[in-house]
Amino acid sequence: MKEPIPTTTTTVDEDLEKVLRARAATLPARQAGARDFLPGVEPERQVTDWGRSERVEGALDRTLVDFFYRYWFRVSVEGIENVPADGGALLVSNHSGALPPDAPMIVKAVKEEHARPRPVHITVEHFFKGYPGFAMLLPKVGAVPAHPANVHRLLQDEQQLVLVFPEGRKGTEKLYKDRYRLRRFGRGGFVETAMRAGTPIVPVALVGAEEAQPIFAHMSALKRLTGLIYFPLTPTFPHLGLLGMLAYLPAKFTIRFLKPIPTDQWGPEPWNDRALVQNVAAEVRATIQEHLFEMVGRRESVWFG
Amino acid sequence: MTPSRRVLITGISNYWGGRLAQTLEQDPSIEAVIGVDSRDPTLELERTEFVRIGTQHSLIRRIVQAAEIDTVVDTRLVVDSIWTSARSAHENNVIGTMNIVTACSGPDSPVRKFVFKSSGHYYGAEQDDPAFFTEEMSRPHPARTPIERDIVEAEATVRDFAERNRDKTVTVLRFVNGLGPAMNTSHIRLFDLPAVPTILGFDPRYQFIHEDDIVGILEHAVRDDLHGVYNGAGDGVLALSEVIDLLGKQMLPILPPWGTGVVAGPLNRLGLRIPVEMLNQLRYGRAVDNRKIKAAGYRYRHTTRETVLKFREHLKMRALVRSSREPYRYEREVEEFLRWSPSVRRTGADAGKAWRPSPRQAAELRHALGGMGDPDVPPTADATSINRPAAGPGRTSAGTPRAPVPPAPRPAATSAAAPPAPDRPAPASTPATDYDALDPAELVALLPSLERRDLDELRRHELSRRRRPEVVAEIDRLLAASRSPQGT
Repeated sequence: MKEPIPTTTTTVDEDLEKVLRARAATLPARQAGARDFLPGVEPERQVTDWGRSERVEGALDRTLVDFFYRYWFRVSVEGIENVPADGGALLVSNHSGALPPDAPMIVKAVKEEHARPRPVHITVEHFFKGYPGFAMLLPKVGAVPAHPANVHRLLQDEQQLVLVFPEGRKGTEKLYKDRYRLRRFGRGGFVETAMRAGTPIVPVALVGAEEAQPIFAHMSALKRLTGLIYFPLTPTFPHLGLLGMLAYLPAKFTIRFLKPIPTDQWGPEPWNDRALVQNVAAEVRATIQEHLFEMVGRRESVWFG
Repeated sequence: MTPSRRVLITGISNYWGGRLAQTLEQDPSIEAVIGVDSRDPTLELERTEFVRIGTQHSLIRRIVQAAEIDTVVDTRLVVDSIWTSARSAHENNVIGTMNIVTACSGPDSPVRKFVFKSSGHYYGAEQDDPAFFTEEMSRPHPARTPIERDIVEAEATVRDFAERNRDKTVTVLRFVNGLGPAMNTSHIRLFDLPAVPTILGFDPRYQFIHEDDIVGILEHAVRDDLHGVYNGAGDGVLALSEVIDLLGKQMLPILPPWGTGVVAGPLNRLGLRIPVEMLNQLRYGRAVDNRKIKAAGYRYRHTTRETVLKFREHLKMRALVRSSREPYRYEREVEEFLRWSPSVRRTGADAGKAWRPSPRQAAELRHALGGMGDPDVPPTADATSINRPAAGPGRTSAGTPRAPVPPAPRPAATSAAAPPAPDRPAPASTPATDYDALDPAELVALLPSLERRDLDELRRHELSRRRRPEVVAEIDRLLAASRSPQGT
């Protein structure tokens, strides 16, 4: 501070303001970007702009999710340091289980094991926004519809972690006999979105969810009747009713976060190169598949790891 | 680009047009505010001139040409289908917009800026929407409800107009649901109920904008040049449950998730009117990205949450406020009287700006002053902006110094230096007598429109002649007022 603070007539607050203003004037003019105009945080709010409710998510996290994470699935985590401590990043994982338990477990793993715990936004199909009940609950626990614009805003403007499952429902509806064989990775949209946001892709391999809720068959008549995207036959559903959807088998979970793939290494606007986008998507898929086979091969017991 | 000075507001009789006119007429740099509508104005306006016409483009064109309008603000759009039939809404929204842009187009049109008030219904509300619509996004599915179809079509007309007239600034403002004490929309009706009915199993995301911010953004578009489309929405997106909680009401999930439309029909008959475009919002919700208008320099006064809280205050206070205030009713004769009569006293700050002499008075005054003393003084009333030929190229605006400055030290030869026969002016019809014959009240009303030099002149003349104290006092007051800010 160069000039001494005058102590004669002005109050301390005014002095401070003057000093701050003088300092601000010496800073180089910053280019105002879209990030500067994000709405401010109102602490009295019940939900965020995405509909996430601290109250609902916190309550579930402390009870149900915590129980499953610690005692039921006994999740072990590898490579948590591959999740960046700041800035946006796109977590890409394999997907399984009729009512997939993998998403909340990955979110919980980042919360529990990471040196700097961060919230993770889960992307879900648009279908859930239109289905009563799901439409109300899912946004409250941090799920956002899987629209490229949503992911882009979260990654680039809000610098958040986003979890996507490029297999989508093709992953969760596959039968037990197809376990750990990855489906098609969409159309590579997740790579393009990460490239546009300039954020790294963190592949995630998860073992255990396939056995936690195996699907033996699909019942198309009931699917049509309920309007759901699929109506599975699992060890507990539908004969134990709706609660049967939550009755997972106690398989041992292992989550492995893999080395981040930076997306700013291919020069400007790499997303225009469709071949590159498809290649990166295939590469991410191959990496996860490779690790899955290795993890499953090393596993001695489905239940004890 | 030169700033807007002469503004035409279509839809002056709806709330937005009226509010915008009220704001603009407070600004002395806006020379003229003209409002057109097919109904009488619903808000009290001070100097805005109201012309009662529909949306016939030939009539609007004549007004635009004659008044040399440089900015047209179109606030007519109907965005709530409970107010009119789908047919008349279509007539207003689509055909009306077409007519107004027609009236503004063409190479000889004086219009440089066109501001169009649109609605967030442009985006619709669907299952596979993005969480925040930005301006360049379009709706994922074709519009299904009549109001939404109208809005999409009207915007297409405006976009086409913008492409054909690239020299003009065309602004489209898409506002989300407004909330405020003076508004009446189907959402406000819903929130007014003791318990708010919702669709079972859904908790849509909602954004609101305060009525002051809607007016603020319209005004911002008039003052600044905003090219293209801008969303208008308060900061923050609330869940409907949170909105209802803030309002201190109960959520009542009585609408079934399946067959909602079937149930909404009979409810309509019971008095709970839920229009189709609102049903989609109650199911899927909608939010827009409001950052573009912020980047263009607009600062919102209220967030969505503050807007809802303000609205709650209003709901509580309404019973008390309503009884104490009488609604405004437009009476043409009264408005004319207030605008033109010399008997209306104008005081203090608004003495100069809110009033201009009517054409007849201006002519009289010019006549009177022209022959009063200095024949070189050009007609004084030219300084006011009203009675000038419409196509005058060398137009000066009110308050700027007139171009031909007469030699300053000219004495007022005839009147002051040669008073040949007091009380006996030679020919009976000299302008000086016209002036002396003017009623003091009338004279006082005319004075604020004069410039300082003329006031000096007039003061000397008055002192040498009739020495009417109220006239001299008023001249002195105006002279003092004009001197003080310039520090002479």
